[in-house]
Amino acid sequence: MNGKYETVIGLEVHLQLSTKTKAFCGCSLIFGAEPNTEVCPVCLGLPGVLPVLNRKAFEYAIKVAIALDCDIQKTVKFDRKNYYYPDLPKNYQISQYDMPLAYNGKVTITAEDGGLKDIGITRAHMEEDAGKLIHDERAPFSYVDLNRTGTPLLEIVSEPDLRTPEEAYTYLTTIKQIIKYLDVSDCNMEEGSLRCDANISLRKKGEKKFGSKVEIKNLNSFKAVRDALGFEQERQREALDSGEEIIQETRLWDEKKMVTLSMRRKEEAQDYRYFPEPDLVPFEVSASLVEEVRASMPEGPQKKQKRFSETYKLSAKDVEALVSERDIADFYEETLGHFNKPQVVCNWIKGEIMRHIKERSAGVKALGISAHDLAELIKMVDSGVISGLSGKEVLTASIETGKAPGVIVREKALEQVSDEGALNSAVDEVIKENEKGANDFRGGKANALAFLVGQVMKKTKGKANPKLAGEMLRKRLEA
Amino acid sequence: MEHADKKTAITEDLVRYVARLARLSLKEEDLVKFRGQLSQILEYIAQLGEVDTEGTLPTTHVLTSMKNVFREDEPAEPLPTEEALSNAPARKDGFFKVPKIIEDA
Amino acid sequence: MEDISSSISDFKRWLEERKEPLADTARALTDRIAVIDKKIKAFACLDSKNVIKRAQNLDKAGRRGLLRGVPIAIKNNICIKGELTTCASHVLEGFRPPYNATVIEKLEKEKALIIGGANMDEFAFGSSCETSYYGPTHNPWDTGRIPGGSSGGSAAAVAAGEVVAALGSDTGGSIRQPASMCGVVGLKPTYGRVSRYGLIAFASSLDQIGPITRNVSDCASILEVISGYDEKDSTSVNRSVPRYTESLNKDIKGLTIGIPSEYFPPGIDAGVKSRIDGAIDVFKKLGARTTRISLPHTKYAVSCYYIIAPAEASSNLARYDGVHYGYRSGKAVSLIEMYIATRNEGFGEEAKRRILLGTYSLSSGYYEEYYLKAQKVRTKISDDFREAFKSCDCILTPTSPTTAFKIGERTDDPLKMYLSDIFTIPANLAGLPAVSIPCGMGENDLPVGLQLMASPFNEETLIKAAHAFERATDHHKMFSGQKKSG
Repeated sequence: MNGKYETVIGLEVHLQLSTKTKAFCGCSLIFGAEPNTEVCPVCLGLPGVLPVLNRKAFEYAIKVAIALDCDIQKTVKFDRKNYYYPDLPKNYQISQYDMPLAYNGKVTITAEDGGLKDIGITRAHMEEDAGKLIHDERAPFSYVDLNRTGTPLLEIVSEPDLRTPEEAYTYLTTIKQIIKYLDVSDCNMEEGSLRCDANISLRKKGEKKFGSKVEIKNLNSFKAVRDALGFEQERQREALDSGEEIIQETRLWDEKKMVTLSMRRKEEAQDYRYFPEPDLVPFEVSASLVEEVRASMPEGPQKKQKRFSETYKLSAKDVEALVSERDIADFYEETLGHFNKPQVVCNWIKGEIMRHIKERSAGVKALGISAHDLAELIKMVDSGVISGLSGKEVLTASIETGKAPGVIVREKALEQVSDEGALNSAVDEVIKENEKGANDFRGGKANALAFLVGQVMKKTKGKANPKLAGEMLRKRLEA
Repeated sequence: MEHADKKTAITEDLVRYVARLARLSLKEEDLVKFRGQLSQILEYIAQLGEVDTEGTLPTTHVLTSMKNVFREDEPAEPLPTEEALSNAPARKDGFFKVPKIIEDA
Repeated sequence: MEDISSSISDFKRWLEERKEPLADTARALTDRIAVIDKKIKAFACLDSKNVIKRAQNLDKAGRRGLLRGVPIAIKNNICIKGELTTCASHVLEGFRPPYNATVIEKLEKEKALIIGGANMDEFAFGSSCETSYYGPTHNPWDTGRIPGGSSGGSAAAVAAGEVVAALGSDTGGSIRQPASMCGVVGLKPTYGRVSRYGLIAFASSLDQIGPITRNVSDCASILEVISGYDEKDSTSVNRSVPRYTESLNKDIKGLTIGIPSEYFPPGIDAGVKSRIDGAIDVFKKLGARTTRISLPHTKYAVSCYYIIAPAEASSNLARYDGVHYGYRSGKAVSLIEMYIATRNEGFGEEAKRRILLGTYSLSSGYYEEYYLKAQKVRTKISDDFREAFKSCDCILTPTSPTTAFKIGERTDDPLKMYLSDIFTIPANLAGLPAVSIPCGMGENDLPVGLQLMASPFNEETLIKAAHAFERATDHHKMFSGQKKSG
């Protein structure tokens, strides 16, 4: 967006915490369960019930607060947000209003120009989720499933520091990475464990006052957030250019038509009548509790990124790949512990291991190969015991059968032939059978050698040590 | 929505607004009666304004000693769906059934 | 009518003599209730078949249990699994909770014979038991008068000898005031002493469940059974339960009783004043000493309460909307119409009034001036008591400025009705334990109640003082069944 306007974007993210049970009762959180099977008197909002806070949910919230560099409230209280909806059985939501658990934080993202930019976090607070409402297409009824009611949520509100739809996208991927590292949420927009509403306004460059804010809802993926903001940015720019005023409103993103649409119904300003939740006592967050939680947290992705760069001297792209998931980064370092060649191990993880992960849609742990075994394999390839091609084969076999690489190499007799004597006949045959190739090489075509080496590999069923084969061919041809 | 002179009377409009917030709707004669009674009560309650509460903390919990009451993150038996729906005025399969929200034109 | 329920021990003796299965006793008891209730209507929805079934189960369950077979009436806002629990409101018509309140579990553990459905003011909004959807309960001492409220049915059932004891709930005096009006003992525990899980909420920061009995010993016994930390109630206090019965039969020499001047204003009935004065003399004769104290913010208590309680109630009652349980209006086409029609048709006038008042004081623009201000004044009221308890062990006041008024007398004047709670409300605001005990007859031969208040978790002091008074007097021996009903 160039020209005379500046785009101002803020994002509200709702995160479902991955505790075993709900925020205020012992019902389990099971994705996709049959309707109204994970409910109890408390989350059903029956007359006479009372909430009791899930300790783990509280700890997870503190973890996120620390990871987002927030100040944490010393005394945490909850408030009731009163409004009517069939998926909210008490017709109030237990949330936090004027004293959110966390506030005044920040997240560092890589801006479009490659530099680093801090995005402020206004607040992060805990609240309970509502249920699901399904509308009947043909009859004038709706159906309520309260399984999701009471799921612990963390609402994270950013400062309006984002300036482009791309930055918004990056903010989301960064937040997701940070939080996935903590293992406190699945952060999956498709499954609903991460939801996002976006706020966008435009103002003339240099103007301090904010323009009219438009809220965009119904965003179901990070891409949708970027697309919707892009569309809305254009819509507002066009409107302002033609002298129109932007109405402050909520618009819905239509994924099919790729447009934002004004909501038809009149929006009443909601009067939520917030007041402190009398059924929950206050929660004190002592400095020692914060330290205890901080000590139990793994190294965050941004810190790890810095450390990997400095310690292992890998490229930015390499580091980015290794650090993308905590399990992968841990696996990398564990493997290094057995075979200390950072670039070599990196190549294997970035290459073959990531390929297997993608193909099997599994995490690195689910592949079943230990860091020790991977190191063993890499060592064998690196020292020439087996060829690179064989190495890939062995890795696949090890993952599929669970057998150690060493065992597989022996069983399949994959040891490279690195003995000159053993290769002599193969090399001679190849030169004889490939006159054109041999002449090409003698004539100065360097890649003819590679072709000839390939032929030797074929002849030896991949067992030849390609480096040795190449040397032998070169010697003979240059003779 | 205009706020009347806060100290005493409450207007019929305000009563209507408050009723809507509470999902109630009052007939004309009830509106008049409630307005009168609420005014009288609020007038009495206005005496709280006499109390000097400068520097006084509000009581949100009368048990000042109770803090940090948690439950552990261990699953408990849910209610069988039949029991969960046993008091539902209308149901279909495993769901509570309600009239659809109809948007205002 | 024979008085079989003058105490738990008398009843157990009577039970022993009958030498019959509890199921048969239960049948006799429910028949008896039906006869007495023709005049009193202490029960809104009595399910005799259920009571007999419970008794049958008790017969199979063996002989152990502190309260075995003892009939205890339960106010209709305490959830009993599978039984109609409607808070005497049309909006909860047909509601049968799929779970028991914690206090019910505790009573069942001691094998009590639970008799659900005691009448009450709708959602506990009231001081006269006249707002019940089922119609009013009548005071056993004069059936043309109110029994007090909101636990009017519970108190009347005990006073009329239908049951040995009852559970009520108290938010602004709803156990103590009806106990006083009906000439029985009613105790509101310290906030957090008894679990609220299963008590259908009126005002969450004020509600407590407590016993209503014929005498102080029974009160102590039942309090012991129902008290205790409950992990399902975040506001229940994790503090061991004393053997309250050990505070009975104690000497009260040297006990200091504070008499607050603010609780003896000119408007009290003369009869009430003279009974209270007489009671103070009894305490002095027993060796207690009295001291004048002041609770300067008393006059703001009713205002304070009538902001906080309706505000919390308006939120607690939002769930009654016809979606998940209770009454649903048949008229509605759209969701919002259903909400409105259900609540309009389901709630009575007092409920609507309190919901409107509460919603108003929480609404944007009014929160600071009303709700927040009231919570600050509440702190000042608590501070008054804290200061007072530095110079006395307990505080003595009348429970109510008057004896029972006539049915219909105050229904057109809500403010006047609210002011009848003036002596009981402060204990709820400060979370203090308080008990009302009978101290004689006032105007028109109607019972007068005396209130004792103590500092938090000092129920023992209340029991000690109340029992000493009871031993020295005969007031607890009065039985409405022996009176010629007026």
